[in-house]
Amino acid sequence: MKRLFPILSAITAALLAYALYQALVVAPADAQQGEVYRIIYYHVPSGWMFMLLFSINFVASIQYLVSTKPSRQAAAKWTVIGVGVVGTIVTFLPQVQVQLKSAGMRPSAIATTVLAIPVFYFLVGKLFPGENLDVLAVTTAEVGVVFCTIVLVTGPIWARPVWGIWWAPGDIRLTSTLVLWLIYVSYLMLRRFSNSAQMQVLAAALAVFGALDVPLVYFSIWFFRTQHPQPIIGGGGSIDPRMLHVMMLNGAAFLCFGFLVCWQRFRLELLHRETEAAHAMDSLVGSGVAAKASLPLNRSPQ
Amino acid sequence: MNAVKFLIAAYLATWLIHGIYIGTLVRRFSRLRRESEDIGKQK
Repeated sequence: MKRLFPILSAITAALLAYALYQALVVAPADAQQGEVYRIIYYHVPSGWMFMLLFSINFVASIQYLVSTKPSRQAAAKWTVIGVGVVGTIVTFLPQVQVQLKSAGMRPSAIATTVLAIPVFYFLVGKLFPGENLDVLAVTTAEVGVVFCTIVLVTGPIWARPVWGIWWAPGDIRLTSTLVLWLIYVSYLMLRRFSNSAQMQVLAAALAVFGALDVPLVYFSIWFFRTQHPQPIIGGGGSIDPRMLHVMMLNGAAFLCFGFLVCWQRFRLELLHRETEAAHAMDSLVGSGVAAKASLPLNRSPQ
Repeated sequence: MNAVKFLIAAYLATWLIHGIYIGTLVRRFSRLRRESEDIGKQK
């Protein structure tokens, strides 16, 4: 494992450098926006990353919340299976297919995504049992906030020369993303500053409500007219294949980079908990020794 | 030309944010390692 990290880091660094070269040099300039459009090669993959990470946080938080009781675990398991099966069947209904196609969505892609929900849910539970679910939740929330911050910073930098304004007040995509960022920042604040014994459960509950904003962020540009550009991949949008290739390359590079950062953040959280446990044990042993040492003094003479 | 400044600013901001975050991770790692070493020495 110790050797694997440097190797993966080197591969990721090479991939990021290649993706940067492709984004800045190889990808063609946009006919309307010129060179500034190249910001999307960092803006969009960062957006994909925070949505993925907050989705993992959502699954881990639900699993952590239900893990306290076997009956809750069973209920959650069957609910997730139900969502997967019913959702897949519904996407094959003719009326639904017509609506999906009119919204620019491919029914097969939606069915695959819905079917992936139970698979994803059980995979997370299998790979991160017990307390590791909570460790995973805090890891994905923190790294997700970093990527979300990048989206909120690069978006206005792109908007200023293209729209003439930094921010479009009232735009549902922009506002819902900002709200999502605020929710997860509060989640991290809660974890950082609360000493309550129920803090992990409270944080998991907050994460579950916070994650409900993720679909709103994603689908806002599909279903509402927004100042933010409409979807360029699916949703009736189109993109030059060379630009799409560079976008996917940057997406892959960011995915590898995000994975490595999450890996290290996960290790850090484990180390933090180990150190806290050692501190607690230390103070317990210390107080035990002190109690033993003071015992003869407190004894009444016989 | 002005638009290129925005492009550079966006890319720099991205790596600055990542850099700051990775910096905090490294700092927290070294602090925790020191703490766990201190606990080990006390034992």
